[in-house]
Amino acid sequence: MANVASINTTAAAFDAVADRVEGPAGPRPRRVLSRRNILLYGTLILVSAYYLLPLYVMIVTSLKGMPEIRIGNVFAPPLEITFEPWVKAWATACTGLNCDGLSRGFWNSVRITVPSVLLSILIASVNGYALANWRFRGSEMFFTILIVGAFIPYQVMIYPIVILLREMGIYGTLTGLVIVHTIFGMPILTLLFRNYFTSVPEELFKAARVDGAGFWGIYFKIMMPMSLPIFVVAIIIQVTGIWNDFLFGVVYTRPESYPMTVQLNNIVNSVQGVKEYNVNMAATLLTGLVPLIVYFLSGKLFVRGIAAGAVKG
Amino acid sequence: MEAVNNSVELRRVSLNFGSVEVLRTLDLDVAEGEFLVLLGPSGCGKSTLLNCVAGLLDVSAGQIFIKGRNVTWEEPKDRGIGMVFQSYALYPQMTVEGNLSFGLKNARLPREEIANRVARAADILQIKPLLQRRPSELSGGQRQRVAIGRALVRDVDVFLFDEPLSNLDAKLRAELRVEIKRLHQQLANTMIYVTHDQIEAMTLADRIAVMRGGVIQQLDRPQNIYNRPVNRFVAGFIGSPGMNFLDGRMEIEGGKPVLRLADCAVPLDRYGFADAPADGRDVVFGIRPEHVSANSGMDWPFSASASVEVVEPMGSDTLVWTRVGGQPLAVRLPTERAPEEGDTISIGFDPMNASIFGTDDDSRL
Amino acid sequence: MSTRSDDRPPFRPFRNLNAKIASVPMILTTMVVFVGGTFWTVLYSFTKSGLLPRLEFVGLAQYERLWGTNRWLIAIENLFIFGICMLVFSMVIGFVLAALLDQKIRFENTFRSIILFPYALSFIVTGLVWQWILNPQFGVQGVVRNLGWTSFTFDPLYNADIVIYGILIAALWQGTGLVMCLMLAGLRGIDEDIWKAARVDGIPAWKTYVFIVIPMMRPVFVTAIVLIASGIVRVYDLVVAQTSGGPGIASEVPAKYVYDMMFSSQNLGQGFAASTMMLLSVAIVIIPWAYLEFGRRRRHG
Repeated sequence: MANVASINTTAAAFDAVADRVEGPAGPRPRRVLSRRNILLYGTLILVSAYYLLPLYVMIVTSLKGMPEIRIGNVFAPPLEITFEPWVKAWATACTGLNCDGLSRGFWNSVRITVPSVLLSILIASVNGYALANWRFRGSEMFFTILIVGAFIPYQVMIYPIVILLREMGIYGTLTGLVIVHTIFGMPILTLLFRNYFTSVPEELFKAARVDGAGFWGIYFKIMMPMSLPIFVVAIIIQVTGIWNDFLFGVVYTRPESYPMTVQLNNIVNSVQGVKEYNVNMAATLLTGLVPLIVYFLSGKLFVRGIAAGAVKG
Repeated sequence: MEAVNNSVELRRVSLNFGSVEVLRTLDLDVAEGEFLVLLGPSGCGKSTLLNCVAGLLDVSAGQIFIKGRNVTWEEPKDRGIGMVFQSYALYPQMTVEGNLSFGLKNARLPREEIANRVARAADILQIKPLLQRRPSELSGGQRQRVAIGRALVRDVDVFLFDEPLSNLDAKLRAELRVEIKRLHQQLANTMIYVTHDQIEAMTLADRIAVMRGGVIQQLDRPQNIYNRPVNRFVAGFIGSPGMNFLDGRMEIEGGKPVLRLADCAVPLDRYGFADAPADGRDVVFGIRPEHVSANSGMDWPFSASASVEVVEPMGSDTLVWTRVGGQPLAVRLPTERAPEEGDTISIGFDPMNASIFGTDDDSRL
Repeated sequence: MSTRSDDRPPFRPFRNLNAKIASVPMILTTMVVFVGGTFWTVLYSFTKSGLLPRLEFVGLAQYERLWGTNRWLIAIENLFIFGICMLVFSMVIGFVLAALLDQKIRFENTFRSIILFPYALSFIVTGLVWQWILNPQFGVQGVVRNLGWTSFTFDPLYNADIVIYGILIAALWQGTGLVMCLMLAGLRGIDEDIWKAARVDGIPAWKTYVFIVIPMMRPVFVTAIVLIASGIVRVYDLVVAQTSGGPGIASEVPAKYVYDMMFSSQNLGQGFAASTMMLLSVAIVIIPWAYLEFGRRRRHG
């Protein structure tokens, strides 16, 4: 224990005035492998292993052939790497009568996600801006209902929406699903934008009004350009949220336009046929790939999105 | 070990964060019962130094002694210190009494002893009526008193204050300043006090250590720091309104040193040079506004007439901006004798009160 | 003309018209979908709706039938066990992980990214992976048996008694990252001087956490509990993917019951009654919280 310390002290002692060099000097002695550090990093490494394990299992299983899966265990690395399960999952896996793989679900999800993200963010950002800077009588009440509404279980509102969409003639269409995503994304996004625009110095807004800019002028020329990071946060929230959705996809679309998650579940949990675990895991990975890429690319912004959802009110 | 006459001693203390040197081989002795103020702009290392004394930061090299005991590796609680923080750092969920006694309970002091100490601290700080309240129910000044109380109950020899008044408004700050001074007189403990406020430093300190860039620039009694700053940084940092700095050139005329400022010459034979003045050296001549007079009746070693450009009344005094040798010069005058803008006045000063710095290293000549 | 002031302006419908136009989607969402839809569902839960909604009131008959249905009772019991365990474990694990990450450690970002990444995944993905890992033949049980411990049994997804814990494992894997993240933000929000003061006072780290830091983090805990709790009531996709409610009906949950009644069994009345019960349980959690949170804020101005 004293060894580490004495190295430090001698270094300091060489040029020290000779009056006091004995006794403790410099930083407290700390061993890299102290019991505390072993416990701390040991726990974190174990925990990390636990969190990474399913990802690892997915990858190795998806690279094995079926015979190897039947004899081996889920944690063993593949003896012989094959990409066939991936090809099959993407192009030929069957759901019911369709045998064109997950690719159909992938493109459906893209067709659902892109317009939903754009529309929901456009509406919610303008709405948050109105709530932050152009309050009118009742605006706070509507906002409160919106936030409280975010806690109502979806199951309560599912059926009335079915009726509404049917009356509008868009039940079962992508348009209908886009509207549903816009509705249910509204509470969190409005909150996000409202809080952000409220934090913008009011003087800026006042100066723009004195300069004669109106509601839309201030939004497009001042607020939007200066809040790009918050738009990115909103995009992250929505892309992952909508891509991962299952319930709305299964309720509001027809089988041929099911999003990827629904199709994945149908492939894996279909009762007929032999279970092809490698194909299932390849399909599962494929479905998780988009949110994972978004997550690892966005880094801190993803965390910021979570924090935004947490700061209610 | 030498005799215990210093309460706190720092021996060649350095601190690096990575490659950034925050404290550079610093030596400091604080006498028993002394009130030492660490003064400097933000980022000068003064709070860091205090945290090192407290043991909240490990030093990279060097030793720290408190009461003659080497505490370099000791935990904060074992160093015999109490500390007061800028943000009060009161435990918000506990009552004032809980805040004062929590540390003592942890040290497993007898209940009676805890009660006595809390009562005594509450008495000294006049917070008895507040004991059952929570920090959120207190004003800023009351919170800071409680924070001081938490240091007080620890019954220690050394108090460390980390900008304790910076979160308070000006009026409260002045009140608590007096109270801290009174506390020091009453307890006669060693106190180390960090601030960036020069008025706090001047009023409270027995000695001030002016810091910049992790180095103590000057360590001296407040009057000496005010009158004989060792360099231009200290001169400019202390005093409000700040010292006038005039660029000039030193010459020897007829064996006597003279400062050349464009068209006028200031005789410097009354200035206490540290070394013999050199002919032809570029210097900065510093003179405080309060050391310049407009009383033409007196016989100043240097006098000139100057026209008044701007007048800033500050209540009892008025700051008058003129020009000498083409360079701006502020003069502090009693308000009743203040001139009007556009007037021409006669100004004079005694170079004995001035500070002259070399332009090469900014240090006092 | 202050637009941010809270005092009520006189009613002038065309003042601030653009803001009102911009708020039309919000007003429609709140009034038609949230308020209207909820009201509609509650109303129709008292009707005899079957394949189609019918306004033929039958009083509390749907509820009586609901509470007499074994499947619903199992769903409620599951939700209860799952909910309590999920709340307790995710809070404890999330906080401990956050406290570990807050020790000024190296590679903090790496560890945080690893613990949080499952939260970015779909419940379907999570459910399917854990279905595979918990597969008795090839998964954990099979591996341990191959190692020689042939009587080892760990097959939660095929054992009706413990299936809900199998789902819990997956839910914790996905959800603790969120709690960890919230708690870490909360810990970072604690004034560093508090820690210094506690060190000067000689208070050990665990005591500082228990008696000072955790009480200071009350709002963060409340937020985390509300978020987790509202997620628990909604749990649906995970069950569908992992067990489809099986074995038998052992892992049914209310959200799945509602869906199946509405869209598979063509028994709308049951679906409405069940979803109204879900709404009620959420309200029991949310209303006291909202009252405390917003009521207090209003009183403090």
